[in-house]
Amino acid sequence: MTRGRALRAVFVATAAVLACAGASAEGGRTPKPAVTVEKKGACIAPVEEMRRNHMLMLKHDRDRTLRQGIRKVPASLQGCIGCHASNRTGSVVAAKDDFCASCHAYAGVTLDCFECHSGKPKAAPAVQGRDDASNADLLASMLRGRGGAGEGAVKP
Amino acid sequence: MNSRRTFLAASAGAIAGVALAPGVRLIELASGRSPEAAASAKNRWGMLVDTTRCMDGCTACVSACATENHLISHGRPRTDAQWIRKVELRDKRSGHAFAAPVMCQHCAEPPCVDVCPTGASFKRADGVVLVDRHICIGCRYCMMACPYKARSFVHEETHDQNPDVPRGKGTVESCTFCVHRIDRGGVPACVEACAKDGGGALVFGDLNDPASEIAKRVAVEPTSAIRADLKLGTAVRYRGI
Repeated sequence: MTRGRALRAVFVATAAVLACAGASAEGGRTPKPAVTVEKKGACIAPVEEMRRNHMLMLKHDRDRTLRQGIRKVPASLQGCIGCHASNRTGSVVAAKDDFCASCHAYAGVTLDCFECHSGKPKAAPAVQGRDDASNADLLASMLRGRGGAGEGAVKP
Repeated sequence: MNSRRTFLAASAGAIAGVALAPGVRLIELASGRSPEAAASAKNRWGMLVDTTRCMDGCTACVSACATENHLISHGRPRTDAQWIRKVELRDKRSGHAFAAPVMCQHCAEPPCVDVCPTGASFKRADGVVLVDRHICIGCRYCMMACPYKARSFVHEETHDQNPDVPRGKGTVESCTFCVHRIDRGGVPACVEACAKDGGGALVFGDLNDPASEIAKRVAVEPTSAIRADLKLGTAVRYRGI
């Protein structure tokens, strides 16, 4: 009986330690992608939203640019690259720890954009005079308009 | 009888639309297109190739295209991508020879769009025929359908693309009229190079705008399309062929 109780105590203690380890994963064993943002400043949407939905935003706006010829869109790949290209390689995918490459390697998601697109910004600043407020509004309306997004739905 | 009446009414409407259009067009063109605005059917981008001014042995347009769009040669002419090429023709009987650049003719009724199984080949509202390489599966039907041999399949991996001109292995591509330039109010790279280093044989502009140089010239000069018999409504007109 005492032996059983002792075993249970050990089990509970182990579970508690494991739980703690899980909670403090920030600096713990779980590897994190080495994301460095060279240009400080506001992104076109909050970080959480960008992490979850950047691919949908890009997909939406790529069609507007390619098919309709709208060159100034809130979520353009050139816009991403313009801010996120690393100072060292000048690209978002050239090195393992470049912005796009590091996170995609971490998430295990194939990154196809740069099979065709250049990972480097244009010689001139990619987006000049970006109006953050109007872009935020545009994005919000765009995301709201996306019906039945399922898991990737954005909180209002 | 009834259907005939409907038809007549519809035709009358169409004619009224045509009559109304020029006035509207003039006003809107004057203001130009902002980066937020979509390409519009009010414009019809076109090119005039004056073969009488196209110089023998000059390939300024071809090299400008390669530089602008980063079309890198791998030394394999059969498979290297080519968006514009210089075609030299000679009449065997008279000996009359001339050369002219041939590229995507940006047809109003593009056969490449008709045959594309995925919808990747498409025509923009302003008449520019493009390939949406996000959904191109590389089947090359469009290459077979094109009477001008204007399209190329990308056989090799691409590197160091122009940020404005994405291109990649496994898809089909062709002249875009340098759509990234014309959207910003510029002219295609070949036209710029021809004016600077060549004979000034290429004129680019809006065929729908009666005030544009190209519209004025095609109105008075004898120009024709290559394979005009196919009635594709090409945007590229040739003089002296």
